[in-house]
Amino acid sequence: MKNISILLTTDKLSLQDCYDFVDAPTCGGIDVFVGTVRNHTKGKAVKKLDFSAYGPMAVKEMQLIAERALAKFEVHKIAIHHAEGLLNIGDIPVIIAVSAAHRNAAFDACQFAIDTLKDTVPIWKKEHFEDGEVWVNAHP
Amino acid sequence: MHVHVLLFGIIADLTGESKISLAIEANATVKNLKTLLKEKYPQLNSYNTYAVAVNESYALDDVLLKDSDTIAIIPPVSGG
Repeated sequence: MKNISILLTTDKLSLQDCYDFVDAPTCGGIDVFVGTVRNHTKGKAVKKLDFSAYGPMAVKEMQLIAERALAKFEVHKIAIHHAEGLLNIGDIPVIIAVSAAHRNAAFDACQFAIDTLKDTVPIWKKEHFEDGEVWVNAHP
Repeated sequence: MHVHVLLFGIIADLTGESKISLAIEANATVKNLKTLLKEKYPQLNSYNTYAVAVNESYALDDVLLKDSDTIAIIPPVSGG
């Protein structure tokens, strides 16, 4: 679909690519969410994060989220890009960009997309500490 | 019949497998497959918080499996 950009990649994500994809003359605003790798969790220092994915299904689920966002909110275009592989502190695992005529719809769609991605898209991260590693959220 | 089973995240660590082929009776459901997995990997008796996908779509317990289906065992996701 020409209003949706989905990407799952081992390359570095590009904020500019997401912005350029959703930018349009009919839009009055662009909302962008950027996830970043944090250097601590529950008081413990994190060294890096390793993202693995069930690739084909992850892409399908991201596509579904984008389609639902376009159907549910008055937005124009959406980009959902996610990285896989080993990421260091400050690296970017996820970018969601949404353009809309009016800002509220862009904010709402962006929040919906990141919240749903964290619930449904088959991607897992493993936190690497100085003294070991753990699958995030494995014991909810 | 046979199905392909993909295991991810902590489930791959617990079982030591990421991809297996399983023989299962015709007309088996997702629920039957879960039981079979627990027999094969008793360590899954204490870890059952996972979802199942059949051919890349989430599937509930009553979904019927077909020969050569690809089943994914999906522990709680943590992307983003």
